[in-house]
Amino acid sequence: MEIVLSIGIGVLSASGTWLLFRPRTYQVIIGLSLLSYAVNLFIFSMGRLTFNSPPVLRDGVSTQALTDPVPQALVLTAIVIGFAMTALFLVVLLAARGFTGTDHVDSRE
Amino acid sequence: MGNLLFALVFLPFLSCLVAALVPTSARGFATWLAGLTSLFALALTAGLYPSVTDGAILRAELGWLPDLGLNLTLRMDGFAWLFTVLISAIGLLVVVYARYYMSPEDPVPRFFSLFLAFMGSMLGLILSGNIVLLAIFWELTSIVSFLLIGYWHHNAAARDGARMALIVTATGGLCLLVGLLLLGHIVGSYDLDVVLASGAKIRAHPLYLSVLLLILMGALTKSAQFPFHFWLPHAMAAPTPVSAYLHSATMVKAGVFLLTRFWPVLAGTDAWFWVVGTAGLTTLLLGAYFAIFQQDLKGLLAYSTISHLGLITVLLSLGSPIAAVAAIFHTVNHATFKASLFMAAGIIDHETGTRDLRRLTGLARYMPITATLAMVASAAMAGVPLLNGFLSKEMFFAEAIETHVPSALDTITPYIATLASMFSVVYSLRFIHGVFFGPPPTDLPIKPHEPPHWMRAPVEFLVFVCLVIGIIPAWTIGPFLHTAVISVLGAQTPVYSLAVWHGFNLPLLMSIIALAGGILLYVLMRNYLKSSIEGPPLLRELQGKRIFERVLVTISWKWARSLEKTIATRRLQPQLRVLAGFSLASAAVVLYLGGFRPAAMALSDVDPAFAFLWLIGAAFAIAAAYQAKFHRLASLVLLGGAGLVTCLSFVWMSAPDLAVTQLLVEIVTTVLILLGLRWLPKRLQLVEDEERLTFGVRMRRLRDLVLAVAIGIGMMLISYSIMTRPVSESISSYFLDKAYSEGGGRNVVNVILVDFRGFDTLGEITVLCIVALSVYALLRRFRPASDSLELPQQQQVQNAFDDAQPERNKGDTATDYLAIPSVLMKWLFPIIGMLAAFLFFRGHDLPGGGFAAGITMSIAFILQYMAKGTRWVEERLRILPLRWMSVGLIFASLTGAGAWAFGYPFLTSAFRYVDIPLIGTIPLATAVLFDLGVFLLVVGATVLILIALAHQSIRSPRAQARALKAKLKEVV
Repeated sequence: MEIVLSIGIGVLSASGTWLLFRPRTYQVIIGLSLLSYAVNLFIFSMGRLTFNSPPVLRDGVSTQALTDPVPQALVLTAIVIGFAMTALFLVVLLAARGFTGTDHVDSRE
Repeated sequence: MGNLLFALVFLPFLSCLVAALVPTSARGFATWLAGLTSLFALALTAGLYPSVTDGAILRAELGWLPDLGLNLTLRMDGFAWLFTVLISAIGLLVVVYARYYMSPEDPVPRFFSLFLAFMGSMLGLILSGNIVLLAIFWELTSIVSFLLIGYWHHNAAARDGARMALIVTATGGLCLLVGLLLLGHIVGSYDLDVVLASGAKIRAHPLYLSVLLLILMGALTKSAQFPFHFWLPHAMAAPTPVSAYLHSATMVKAGVFLLTRFWPVLAGTDAWFWVVGTAGLTTLLLGAYFAIFQQDLKGLLAYSTISHLGLITVLLSLGSPIAAVAAIFHTVNHATFKASLFMAAGIIDHETGTRDLRRLTGLARYMPITATLAMVASAAMAGVPLLNGFLSKEMFFAEAIETHVPSALDTITPYIATLASMFSVVYSLRFIHGVFFGPPPTDLPIKPHEPPHWMRAPVEFLVFVCLVIGIIPAWTIGPFLHTAVISVLGAQTPVYSLAVWHGFNLPLLMSIIALAGGILLYVLMRNYLKSSIEGPPLLRELQGKRIFERVLVTISWKWARSLEKTIATRRLQPQLRVLAGFSLASAAVVLYLGGFRPAAMALSDVDPAFAFLWLIGAAFAIAAAYQAKFHRLASLVLLGGAGLVTCLSFVWMSAPDLAVTQLLVEIVTTVLILLGLRWLPKRLQLVEDEERLTFGVRMRRLRDLVLAVAIGIGMMLISYSIMTRPVSESISSYFLDKAYSEGGGRNVVNVILVDFRGFDTLGEITVLCIVALSVYALLRRFRPASDSLELPQQQQVQNAFDDAQPERNKGDTATDYLAIPSVLMKWLFPIIGMLAAFLFFRGHDLPGGGFAAGITMSIAFILQYMAKGTRWVEERLRILPLRWMSVGLIFASLTGAGAWAFGYPFLTSAFRYVDIPLIGTIPLATAVLFDLGVFLLVVGATVLILIALAHQSIRSPRAQARALKAKLKEVV
């Protein structure tokens, strides 16, 4: 499973980074979203992969068997902040296009 | 007792805040506030005198960062006491003076607010018992002085003078900080008492010279010593009360204070003698020489101040205890006569409208009392017997003729001292004779007259002090001076006498030569001075200001520009490429040096379904990247697909909370970007376009592709190598163990968010709040690009169809298009609301929580927009997202602050089980209340962002009409 997830992270970050280098703002916003998936998965995988043991306490189940909750808490906030970032970036790019008449990242063709 | 010191330092700051908050018109209130604060400080200081006599030290300490050796330590000894009296007493006088000086147009409360801040910083500097704290207050005085010099910020000279003063003194302050840190490192403590007790150790240390030079940088810049003297004359653009306070009595004395404070520790070495002595002697002579040739009254006083500070510096450089006594004595004397002279200069300026010495003449007949006062004070400055300036000058002469360090510098000291003293007689005479005697003035802007009595009162008082100290020194200043001297010199305290008459000796002869020579010189130069241009002959061209500005321009403009031109670009793409390439290279180096060793533990078996899932995920990601340029909608859909795969992976790998949140955020993000798509330019992929691709473009793409793939591979290798390594001990087990017993919840992720790391979450929702507000603010003034103003093509077609059919109204097709889904979506609102409530309440024990519930709720709202159109919803539903957000933030903060009421730190949560009829026993933690705040805020923020964007579509017809009108105008 580890190898599959690593490849997934690799593909997501490669596609994301490639888009970040593109000149159009929309490409960059898609790229950032892809990259944030990759990074979220990456941070999440710091807790190692465990299956069928969510960090929810149940009677009779030892806490040792549960998965690591800390990366999950980190990623949870990262997801919400990622949304905020996307929203802000989208609005900034729309406003910038209104100002400059172009959707190039440098505001010039 | 010691705690009174805190009152002494912090009360001015408190008053500063109050004065800053009152309206501009509250002149009287601000004046009284400043006056009473100074009076209080003075009274408190007077009351503390018994605690500091005979070398006793008053201390107060408050832990601040004890681990770093930084504490709020205040200490007052006799020397600090003397300075405190100077600061508070002259402060009080300056307040009275400023009351009459400031004109009705000036924002007086701002002046007094800054004035009080300065007083507080200065008191803090004097009373600091910790050398790091001292550096902090030192910086504060620089900053507040900047603001005070630039008080008349509409005046360019004031702005320039303020900036120059700040750059020079703050540079010195930075050096001082480093010097003091090194000093603390040598001694092993930042406590001033410990530092003062380790003089021998410091002087023997190899770092002594560095420490000395750095501390001297601070002291010499602050006290305007050569070669850093040039800022002080330009600081004269400040209001005169500021000059009287900062540039005569207090701030410029901070440098001298520092030299005296560390005199027992740093002085007595050759390095000290040479550096401090050279700077002091040069300043003494040059300052006096420059002062003669000033045509601005305040400029003359400024250079005279520089010269007198040089005198004090020379005294301190000599390394003899009796010279140190003279230095302390002269500090006090100079403060009294120079403050009064500045005030007199301000009165002259105020009542005649000019400070130009060439235009001022014969004023004694219009303002006899002011003239008398100024004459006495100038005489003190010139060192005329029976005035306080004479006493300390005599002590200086007596010390100058002694040999301290046999050297040329030591030999020439008496001659330079006499010469400088002669110059000081010349400029003092010039001040008196030029301004008050001679023919009556002819071209003054205002007809001169005496100032209001209370404006003169501070000058009267200070002149009285000059006289009293000058005539009966031993009975007035004597005991206080002794207290100050003992606290600095301790066992080294010499025997000295404060008598006026010491018999006929060499110092007296030097005084007589200086007086006679000065009078002669003035008579000779009088006519030249009356008509000459500003500045001294020979050295007129050598202006510190010009050099300073040239250096500034070279460093901050020329070099910076050429550096930017050669190595920087304003284009974002190359910047990002460099950044990514650099990160890649550094990671590669680390991986190469550290060795790459995966597979240290048993791996889980690959589930074919999971592999297949990621096959799809990878395809989605690559396709999204591929389509992002020409097929935005397709790319967005593909992005959503990649998001879903991520979400499923979370489910697979025991992270239900993440999966829920990811899924919901995915929905909201997609809607958001869909709303944005409408405002982006059309971009069609043309076949010939592909063929026209130049070689350069292809190469650029290939390079980016290689870089991106390399980064992808790097990320893959890193994640693989980490995932295949066993977990080291982390804090996770703590959270797992304590989640239920201390947080009252079973869902550990949620407990971490709302309880253990609640403060982070509070910060995070605040960020969300700020983002939503920024989006809202950006969109309020949103001007779409002109080519996006038209309705989307699809709507145009639909409207054209509606127009063509007589029985249809415009917009019918758009409504019919989603007729069935819209009914469903409308009725889904309560159900989704219920789901949100469900997610919220189970959040503490099972996957869910405030974030997820909030986003769910906002989806319920946005679905209504999608179903019925923006206009329909806005007519029927008032959502008020701003209110949701503010209530949420207040709720979360108050829940956190509630813990204070029970004596617990911020955001401590409590929980208990509560029986609720029908529902049963549920655990109720205050963390749930916090989560409620999170929920409300997330709903508000998300809805605000989405509807602000959605709202643009009904704003645009208006914008369209406007644009059309503009176009019509152009045609006409």
